Order: sequence, then structure tokens, then C-alpha cells
Amino acid sequence: MKLITYILQRLLLLIIVVWGVVTMVFVISRVLPGNPAEMLVAEWVQDVRVIHEYEVKMGLDKPIYQQYFIYIWQVMHGDLGISWHTSQPVLRDFMVRLPATVELALASMIVSLAISIPIGIYSATKRGGIVDQLGRFLSLAGVSIPSFFLALLLVFVFFYYLHWAPPPLGRIGVNIAPPQSITGFYILDSILTLNFPALIDSIRYMMLPTLCLAAGNMAVMTRMSRSSMLEVLRADYITTAREKGLSEKEIIWKHAFRNALMPITTLWGLELGSLISGSVLVETIFAWPGMGKYVVDSILFLDYAPVQGFVLMSALLYCVSNLVIDILYFVLDPRIRYD
Amino acid sequence: MSEQRLIQKLKDQTKELRFAMKVVFKNPLSMIGLIIISILVFVAIFGPYIAPYNPNEINLDDKRQPPNMVHLFGTDNYGRDIFSRVLYGAGISSYIAITAVGISTIIGISLGIISGYYGSTVDVIIMRVMDMMLAFPSLILAMGIAAALGVGVTGAIYATGIVGIPGIARLVRGQVLSIRETQYIEAAHATGASDIQIMLNHILPNVLSPIIVLTTLRLGGAILTAAALGFIGLGVKPPTPEWGAMISDGRNYLIVGDWWMATFPGLAIAIAVLGFNLFGDGLRDILDPRVRR
Repeated sequence: MKLITYILQRLLLLIIVVWGVVTMVFVISRVLPGNPAEMLVAEWVQDVRVIHEYEVKMGLDKPIYQQYFIYIWQVMHGDLGISWHTSQPVLRDFMVRLPATVELALASMIVSLAISIPIGIYSATKRGGIVDQLGRFLSLAGVSIPSFFLALLLVFVFFYYLHWAPPPLGRIGVNIAPPQSITGFYILDSILTLNFPALIDSIRYMMLPTLCLAAGNMAVMTRMSRSSMLEVLRADYITTAREKGLSEKEIIWKHAFRNALMPITTLWGLELGSLISGSVLVETIFAWPGMGKYVVDSILFLDYAPVQGFVLMSALLYCVSNLVIDILYFVLDPRIRYD
Repeated sequence: MSEQRLIQKLKDQTKELRFAMKVVFKNPLSMIGLIIISILVFVAIFGPYIAPYNPNEINLDDKRQPPNMVHLFGTDNYGRDIFSRVLYGAGISSYIAITAVGISTIIGISLGIISGYYGSTVDVIIMRVMDMMLAFPSLILAMGIAAALGVGVTGAIYATGIVGIPGIARLVRGQVLSIRETQYIEAAHATGASDIQIMLNHILPNVLSPIIVLTTLRLGGAILTAAALGFIGLGVKPPTPEWGAMISDGRNYLIVGDWWMATFPGLAIAIAVLGFNLFGDGLRDILDPRVRR
């Protein structure tokens, strides 16, 4: 199969999945028991007329199928509703906050890859050694400790106790002006504008949240790269390579590592999901002005349009990234291409 | 069922159980897991009797006290005893996790069996819906559901439960597909058993063992999800002593040095989840045919 045909096929499938996801969000928000209008009003007013007024305003008095088509139409036009605690369209609120979230997510992805893959490979080659045992224990602990609790512990130790980290209050110190916005990424923008005070400060502010967000992923990635490497090291072609008299270094890096990378690539796509979930919690703790914090703030304000918008957006992002991974896989692995 | 077959079946089951116990007892890590789970169950049931104070009793004279002999885990910003709240919280977190996993198990098994047994269109529809659900990051889907149902224990339970359905349904369906082709199902058809009888009496018992493992692992995950929901304000309503909500209450005091408010409930979550993960890892070996041989 050619790459183009494959991509087209997958894009068609993606459209169906996207439709399904939109439908699912609709079902969650409208069909499940629980009246959005009542939730919006009831905290303060218990008046049936007021609730009904809101129902009409939100289009909840129309038959369900009409609501469904209206919803699909709105989503297709990028209309995710209005957030009433910011009085802005939800999509616009998202766009303003997107760079902060993406910057944090990218940084933590890089950190988790840079730490977990070497540890995984090292523990696979020295199986049962100290690093292996420690790695196993840490990865089990990493999956068990709630990320938000770990974040708080790190804040306590590094900010309150050791004074190494800045307070968990956003992306940059209050007395330092943020860099001129070009990409929205503080680190990149401060490099582009040669604004070194901002660069140093934004890196300082970024350290702890990055580490917290990376921690959960690191646990899974270390386990995966370890087992994937172990699997590969048992393969016949590694035995052959050994018998040819290749050095251990050559065997591991030239023969084993490349093949062990494949399953790790897949996992990377799946881990994006935990990164999105993690960003909600970590951003809340570090007052990081991204999408995750925005959603939690919305929950506290009983403002549910942003929550539904976020659920929808993250599912879409998740699907698209898995598509990209699949295509990458197709390019990397000749066995899939000829199926 | 004739008496002989019944005895044989009982014998098989005892053998199975003995094997499972052997695997668990031989593995020190899963033993630790089992001990942690036992303690959690004990505290969840008897916590209210052990707790020295009323978990919701406000005593502003004693507020923000570090751990001491009177208040083992210290007190929070309302002077409530954190030790008592953590003990009560064990019951609440276990209740949410168990009911949630119960919901996902019952619905997941039913959907999986129906899907695998009937096949064709039914299968396609059910499985595609499950795929759609898996397209959402699980905590985010739980957030969406909890937000739609409104803040409270019920919302948290349904949210945590619904999120777990697709994993179980898929696992069960896979099992049913292979069981469906076996001779005893054919024999059951021949004796004139109805579809429902076959599904309940012949298929269900055979898919249960992998489900037990998955359920154990899910319980740990459910505690985490419920705690995360509590932490972001979608779980129980205050002042209910739920662990995630307690961490959330304590987090603003942590950065000014009052570490105990968030730390003890956080440790409780971590230890409970670790227990289920350790035990689940051991159980997984039981079902792995490579270990069995």
C-alpha cells in the first residue's frame, strides 16, 4: 500500500471518529441526567421560571435531535459556547492559553524521554542490577503517587524548605516583564528577542511543573523501554550479532536500540492522554495560566461550557496525535507497509 | 449437574485457588500488596470506631496544629483532626472506588458478553462506542461526566465507573469470541438452552478470572481518579473527608509550611493505590500461562 492511500484511508476514518467524539460529548452534556440550566442557576436561585428562561436561552427547550444538529453545526464552526466567567467565546479563551500548556507539555515530554529511555535501556542490559531494581521500584511508585500530591511535595521541598525554586505562581516572576509575544512560548520568545532576564526566570518557573508533569510519564516509559529492550535483546539477530564478534556497545546501539524504539513510539502517543490529564492538575497547583487551569477555574465557577469544550478538544487532539503516530509507524516499519 | 461433575468442578476450583494462593504467597511484593489492602479494608470498615474525634468537628482554638500526641496527624485550618479525617476518608474513598468499579464491571461484562456472543452488527455498534470512549483521556472524560452530573459522591461514582467500562468490555469480548467456538457451547445449543441461559451459565463463569485481575488493578486506578476529581472540585461536597478534597484544602497551607494537611491524605492515597498495584502485578502472573507451566 502506498503512503498516500494509507493516509487518505486513515483521514476518512478520523472523520468518523471525530463525529463519534462530538456525539459522545453531546450525549454526556445533554442526555445524561443533570440539567445544565438548573446547574447554572440553582446555586443562587431556585425559581422555576428563571431556570426555564435559561433553558430557552441555551436552546435546551428544543427537541433533542434539533439540539444535536445545532450542536454539531456550532462545533463545525468552532463555536464551543461562551464562558460566562470570562464572558469570552470558549475557543478564544483556549487559544489565549494554548501556548502556555503546549510549552509545558513539550518540555515535560523532552525531560521524560531524556530520562526514562536511558534508564530503561540501562536496566535492561544490566538486568537485576541496582539501577534495574531502583527503576522498577520508582516506576511502581510513580504510577501509585497521585501527580497532584507529588507536585505539592516538590513545592514544599524545593520552594518552602530549600528555597531553590520560585513560588508556584505562574510562568514568570511578578517583577520581570514577560518577553514580547511572538510564538507565545516564553522560553522561545525570550531567546528570539534576546531577553535574558526573562529567559532565566521563565526557565526557573518552569522547572518544577515540568518535572511533575514528566514524572507520571517517566514511570510508564521506563518500564516500557526496559521490557521492549529485553524483548529485542532475546531476538535471534542479536545472538547472530554477538557471534559475529561485535562489541556490546555496537549490539545495543546499532542493532537493539533501533528496534526497541518502535513500541516506545506507540506509547508516546498514548502518553499524550496522560499529559493532557496531568496538565489539568499540575497547572492548577502551579497557577500556570494554561488550558488546564482555565478548565478547573471554570468548574469552580460552575461554568460548564469550557469543560465540555476542553473534553472535546482533548479527545480530538488525542485522535489526531494517534493518527500521526500510526503514519510514523507506517513509515518506520516496513512490515506494516506490505500488509 | 450430576454429583460427580459437581465434585470434579469443586476440585478444579480448589486447585485453581491453591495455585493462586501459592503464587501470591511466594511473591513478597504481592504479599505486601495484600497486607496493605487488608489494612485499607479494616480501616474503611472500622475507621469510624477507631477515630478519636468527629471528623467534621470544628475547633478553631486548635487550628493548624502540627502533628502531636493529641492530634497524631495535626489539625487543619478549621481545627479538625486530620487523623480522624484520614480514617473516615478510607471508607469514603473505598466506597467510591468499589461502587465505581462495580458499575464498570457489571456493565462492561454485560456489553462484552453480548458483543462477543451475538457478533455482527451488535458487536460492531457496541465496540465502536467503546472505541469512542477510549478516544478520551480517562480523567478528562471523567471530568466531563462528573461536571454534567453535578458535584457530589454520585457524580464521582458514575464518572469513575463509566470511564472503566470500555477496558472491561473489550477484554470480555475477546474471551467470549474464543469460548463461543468451544464444544460445550455447541452442546448447550443442542440441549436447547436459550441464548440468555448460555450467556449466564456457560460463558459468564469462564470469563470471570481475568476480570478479577483487571478489577483489582482498576480499584487502584479508581481511587486515583476519584481523588483527582475531588482535588479539582468535582468530587464530594465539603466538609466530607474525602482524600483528594483534603489535599486540595491543604494545598494553600503547604506553601506556607503547614505540610501535614495535604501530606497525610496524599500518603494514604499513594499507599492504597500501591497496595492494589502490587497485588494486581502478582495476580497477573497467575493468569499468565507462561508462569503456569
